[in-house]
Parts: sequence; C-alpha cells; structure tokens
Amino acid sequence: MSDAAKTIADICRTFGNDPARLMDIARAVQAKFGHIPGEALDRIAACVGVPRVEVESTVSFYTFFSEQPKGRIVIRLCDDIIDRMSGMETVARAFTDELGIPVGGTTPDGKISLEYTACIGMSDQAPAAMVNDIVVTYLSSDKAREVVRILRETGDPRKLVHRLGDGNNAHPLIHAMVHNGIRRKGPVVLADLPPGDAVRKAVAMSPVEVIRDLKTSRLRGRGGAGFPTGLKWEFTRAAEGAQKFVICNADEGEPGTFKDRVLLTEYPDLVFEGMTIAGYAIGAATGLFYLRAEYAYLRAFLENVLQQRRAKGLLGQAVGGREGFDFDIRIQMGAGAYVCGEETSLISSCEGRRGDPKTRPPFPAQKGYLGFPTCVNNVETFCCVARVIEKGPGWFAQIGSKGSPGTKLLSISGDCSRPGVYEFPFGVPLREVLKECGGDEAAAVQMGGPSGQLVGPSDFDRTICYDDLPTGGSMMIFGPGRNVLEIARTFLEFFVHESCGYCTPCRVGNVLLKQKIDELLAGRGRAEDLPYLEQLGQSVKFLSRCGLGQTSPNPVLSGLKNFRAAYEALAPARPDGRVPSFDIREALQESETLQGRASVVFTP
Amino acid sequence: MSDKTIAFTIDGTAVTATPGQTILQAADAAGIYIPRLCAHARLEPFGACRVCTVKVNGRPQSACTTPAVAGMVVENDTPEMLEHRKALIEMLFVEGNHFCMFCEKSGNCELQALGYRFGILAPKYPYQFPERSVDATHPDVMVDRNRCILCARCVRASRDLDGKHVFQFVGRGPGKKIWINAEAKLKDTALASADQAVDFCPVGAILRKRVGFAVPIGERRYDHAPIGSDIEARRDGGAQ
Repeated sequence: MSDAAKTIADICRTFGNDPARLMDIARAVQAKFGHIPGEALDRIAACVGVPRVEVESTVSFYTFFSEQPKGRIVIRLCDDIIDRMSGMETVARAFTDELGIPVGGTTPDGKISLEYTACIGMSDQAPAAMVNDIVVTYLSSDKAREVVRILRETGDPRKLVHRLGDGNNAHPLIHAMVHNGIRRKGPVVLADLPPGDAVRKAVAMSPVEVIRDLKTSRLRGRGGAGFPTGLKWEFTRAAEGAQKFVICNADEGEPGTFKDRVLLTEYPDLVFEGMTIAGYAIGAATGLFYLRAEYAYLRAFLENVLQQRRAKGLLGQAVGGREGFDFDIRIQMGAGAYVCGEETSLISSCEGRRGDPKTRPPFPAQKGYLGFPTCVNNVETFCCVARVIEKGPGWFAQIGSKGSPGTKLLSISGDCSRPGVYEFPFGVPLREVLKECGGDEAAAVQMGGPSGQLVGPSDFDRTICYDDLPTGGSMMIFGPGRNVLEIARTFLEFFVHESCGYCTPCRVGNVLLKQKIDELLAGRGRAEDLPYLEQLGQSVKFLSRCGLGQTSPNPVLSGLKNFRAAYEALAPARPDGRVPSFDIREALQESETLQGRASVVFTP
Repeated sequence: MSDKTIAFTIDGTAVTATPGQTILQAADAAGIYIPRLCAHARLEPFGACRVCTVKVNGRPQSACTTPAVAGMVVENDTPEMLEHRKALIEMLFVEGNHFCMFCEKSGNCELQALGYRFGILAPKYPYQFPERSVDATHPDVMVDRNRCILCARCVRASRDLDGKHVFQFVGRGPGKKIWINAEAKLKDTALASADQAVDFCPVGAILRKRVGFAVPIGERRYDHAPIGSDIEARRDGGAQ
C-alpha cells in the first residue's frame, strides 16, 4: 500500500469507515492532498464499503471538493450582485493580472488557484474573498495585489489578517478581519442579556411543557418558510423511531444574508442552548450543527464553545443536572452547495450524500437523518427558542405583529449608508427600515434574497412579516441607477450554478430563463419575450421538486410585475417579425484577431 | 370494498387505492393515464422528471411519489396540466441532443412518444446543443449521454434489480450527468448485456448493440397507439 493509500485509510478509520461521514472524509482528503484524485475515490470506496461511483457522486456535487489538482492556496472571490456593485470585477482583474491566470486557473508553479464562489456571507463588507479558510474583506485592486504579494512571499493565508474585527472576531480562535456590523439590537436575539439558564429552566419542565410553551409563543421558523416551531417539535416527538436527531441549519447561503454569521460569532451559546432544548423536547441524544464551508474560520471557536458547555454540564451526560437526559452536539461541515440550506438536502449532505433534496412525504419529522425522526431548525430560530424558554412565551408573543410574533434579524447590504445586521420587531414597515439603514434613495429592494421578491417604492409601506413581506433575513438595496434585469440575470446565474439538477424544471428552466434575460440585455428582445418569461417562470415554480426551483423564477416574475417598464423597454414590438440576432462586429472578431487588422463594415 | 380502501377523485372520476399506493399506482389500476418518464412500475419512485405532476387539492405534487389519501381531489387531464407537461417535455428535448430520425430507439422511445401524445411539433425553447460523451467501449452495450434525460431508471434498476450499482449521477445542475462505477469506461464495469438496467432506459441513452433495427420502424411499440393507451384500455375494458 502506498503512503497516500495509507493516509486515506487512516482518514477513513478516523471516521469509523462510516459512509455517512463521507463529507468529513472527503474534506480531510481534500485538505491533505489539495484534491481528491481517482485513486483516492477508489481507496475511500473500499474503506467505507460503497461503490466508487457513489463516492464520486458526492465528491462531484460540492464546489469545495475537486477531483482535479488545485493550488495549495485557493482564492475564492465572492461573486454576487452586491460584490459586483462594490467593484468585484476590478478586483478580479487585479487578481488575474497579478497571478497571470484567468479565473478558474492555477498558477504554473501549481501554488495558487483563483476561482469565483457564491455569496460568502460578507455582503456588508464587500468585495470579499476567501483564501483557503481565511476571509479577506473590503478588497480593492491594490489590496488584491497585496494579497498575492503576501501569499507569494509567505505561502501563508493567515498572514493576510492585518487587522482584527470587533467582538469575538478578535478572539484567538477566530482571528478574523471580519466585523460584526451590528447596527440595531432588539429585545429578543441581540438583546444584551447573557445567555442564561434556558437549558436548566427547560429540563426542570417536562418535554411536553417545553413544546407547549413554544406553541404558546407562536414562534415560526426563521429560515423563511415560517413553519410553527412548536408544531414541528410536536410531530418529531410523536414520531416513532429508535433514535431522534436535532439539526441546526447553519448553511446560511442565501445571497445577501450574513446575520447567522454574526450570531455564531457573538451568540453561539444561545444557538446551542436552543438545540439542547430541542433535544430535550423531542427526545434526541444527538444534535448536528451543519456549518457552511464558507464559515470554516468559525469552527475552532465553536468547538471550543461546545467544549466549555460540556465542562459546565450543559452538554454530555445528565444535561443541566437532569438524570436521563444525555445530549451532545457535533459540528458537520458543508462543502459549498446553496441547496443544502433546504432542510432535506441538508439531511442528505449530513448522511454523506449528494445534496439532493429528499422526496416528501415522508417529512424529516417522520423520517429524516439516517431514516430517524429529525427536527431541523435555523440558527436564528434556535436563538429565539432559548429566549422563549428563558423569558416566557407570553413575553415573546407580545413582541412583533399578530401573525408574526418576535423579531427578525435583517442582513442589509447594497446601496445604503449603514449596511449591517438589524433586529426589528416583525411588522415594521419597509420604509422605516430603509430610513434607519440610510437607504432612503432606494429604487428597488430585494426582500428575502434572490429567492424572494424585488419590490419598488410603491411597496415600501408594506410591513416585514410572514403575511406581507416575508424574508429569511436578506435585504439588498438598489439605488436608482441599477438595472433590474442585470440584477435578475445575476440571481439566475446563481440558481443555475446552485441547482442540484435532480428535477427537470429547475435544471433546465433556470438556464432558459437566464438565456432569455441575456437576449433582452443584448438588445435582442421582442414583445413576445415577456409572456415567454412569465409562462416559463410559472412552469418552473409549479413543477419544481424543492424550494430552490419553486422560488428561483421570483426575481424575474416579481421584476415583470413591479418593474414592467424596464422589461418592456427591452422588449419592443417588432412588426416586421425581425429580431437583430446577428452582430457583425462580434462575428468578425475572431478573424480580425487572426488577421491582426480590423475589417471595414459597410452599413447602408 | 374493504375498510382500508382509500377513495379519492381524479378529474372528478372516483378512484380507489389500497393503503401505501401512490396516486400514480392507483390511477394506473383505474385505467387513468398520468403521463410519466422516470416512474416505472418495477422501480422505486424517484420524482425527477416531474411529468406526472398533478394538482392535489390545488397544490402541485408528483403523482409517482405522493401516497393516495382519502378524499383528495386530483387534477390530471386539464389544459393547465397539459401546458406544464408540454413545457417539461420540450425542456428535455432541448436540453440534450435528441436526433429522433436516426435514433435506434425511435418508435420505442417514451420521450418521443410523449412528444407525439402531447402534439408537440417543435419545442418553443432554444436547443442547447450540449457537448456530451458517448461510451462504446463495452462489447454489448453503449451509453450515449446525448440522449440521456437523467431519469435514474438505470441507476435504480442496476442497484435494486441487478444488484450491481453500475450507474449513478455525478456533478450538479446543468452539469449533472449519468456516470458509471469505473474510472471512465463502461467495459470496466460489471454491466452485462442481459442486465435490466439496459432495458429500463426510456430513451436511446443505453442501447444494446447489434439489435437496434431488429424490429423495423413502423412495427414498434408506439407506432400505432399513443403512449398510455395500454393503461387507458383497462378503463375502457371496464377493469375497475
């Protein structure tokens, strides 16, 4: 057996040769060798006892795994609408010039790779990039050149952290230049209350009483869908299963969202308390904390918080002094896949599989992780759970609006003077939020990220809550100069990249939607294109298997509804039936390059 | 009718199901055809093609994966559903490279047959003309990814009926493709000519060699009656 084969066998053994730990195994092999070559797929398959193609299926799904060799240093430049608005393209040019490679390439010495990546949760400090696990923020072309220089000189991405962020970002286990950007604290999540004795209080009650309190509080899931948390827990508790699991969805991937990152940095105890209370309420002994790969820089810190909680008796055996309640939490790392924020995809990923959503029914509460009843909640939801138990359901229910009790964290970015994290009670009018963040000039606001709605000034008096303008937390502000079709195109590019490809409408339909927007923006639109976009968008929404495809046409559909004029301007009626689809200059480009001279085009 | 019989309606017609049956299974038994591509009576439901999408109490659900529940109101053969299904079939046609006129599967192809059944003359979406690979290394079987619709029938048949795991998907999104349990070549897998995985391909993506035209065009499965006619015959024959 070669040394490499031995190393891989050791890695697999560390994870019990368990195929359900394939994400961890692949991550470790990738970290060790810089990629996961064919021989490694064979070796892993043999160790964990699954066909090679199953391992390849998982590995090929995630953008942070690679079957091809890459540099030991990978620069992942965050590419989304906010970063583009903040000058990302100039930064990209500086990187490509300085490194002498295109985006997607690796330097000839094999040391540094450069690629784009989807939103890394730093929209309020854009343009940003990840260099391996290290986050660099507020990039400019000068800073990009500096990054390359330091990497060439030291080979150590940690040397890029030249100043430390506020709060726990400066903690030695985080050591990041990221800042929190907390602009508005509220009474629930970002309250200046130390994480209290919520767990001890919960275990003094019966599990049924805990669930009853949550139902009384009318807390709804903060991930976006808004399912009542107490009801979800009740279903999971009632389901039959030899084991049960709690999963925290910390795969904050919706472009423009970053509030979970701040919660994990400043309020990790609150999150873990919520998870522990869930474990007690539903009867689980294990919690999985699914952390997106982009937040790997928080992992050591979070592991340490878990360790401290074990030392305090808040995890492990007889949690909170309650005999018979044993509960612990394991951090499961993701590997770059937005769709894993969908709860059944997230479960697939935790099981070491491709991040394909699962067929529903059965729902996770009946049949989730490894087939056992599982309760999946969002980071912010768990924070609210801890507060509900700590302060009482009545206290919680009187905050916010009638159908949407409590507060909502908003991640605000784009054209405003005070981007950052805001906690508002539900029911706040959008106009008030815009005023507070310095976004009064907004011409359009994307509520709930790309999968949400693009709304204009006529909607600014609507309120943020589940029944009016819902949001998982992303709020992107666009000033008067922005092109709503360009925004839609960027979002569609994202969905094309992030679709798992399982079902036809999402896999194909998003590509077709994007192509049509491309045509409109290239001046090749015609009036018939608008009903085409509407029908195609409706079909993708109607037919798709999971939330990704059921919402991906929203930027186009809400744009067509709220910014019709912008679309119509690019889709003129063409009575002669002719569409300018031929660009002579573009067609001549290649021959001009080959000949080394410009052609003369005569226009009548 | 036993106590356990589940009664519901499809387009107003009363249908009964046994516990555990899906909407699609109950419809098949009742002689009501719900179009489908990835679903197959002998395979686990997969729910990928979405062609069998029906409205269940007003909400879209794939009939192949949704259990029948008493009292549910299912809409199947409506103008709205036809438009959505046509959209799906057209998406599948433009996504791959489907050259019906010289495909050995023509006349036996379920994608083509659905195109005919729905009266599709030309897709309204632009052809994507993707570059996809052909694997003819195996002595008896070839895989042509140009014609693959990613239905996973071969994945399920090889795993569950042949016990071999020859096929699985790699990649994601538009880059997702059917792949094999070997480094690159079909001949290096355990696939045998007699494997059921070969038979379950609804299109011409997995083909047995040297028998492509053993049955002449004009005498093939869908040459005389539209796809679904066999299921509908049960209803006409008064099976229920």
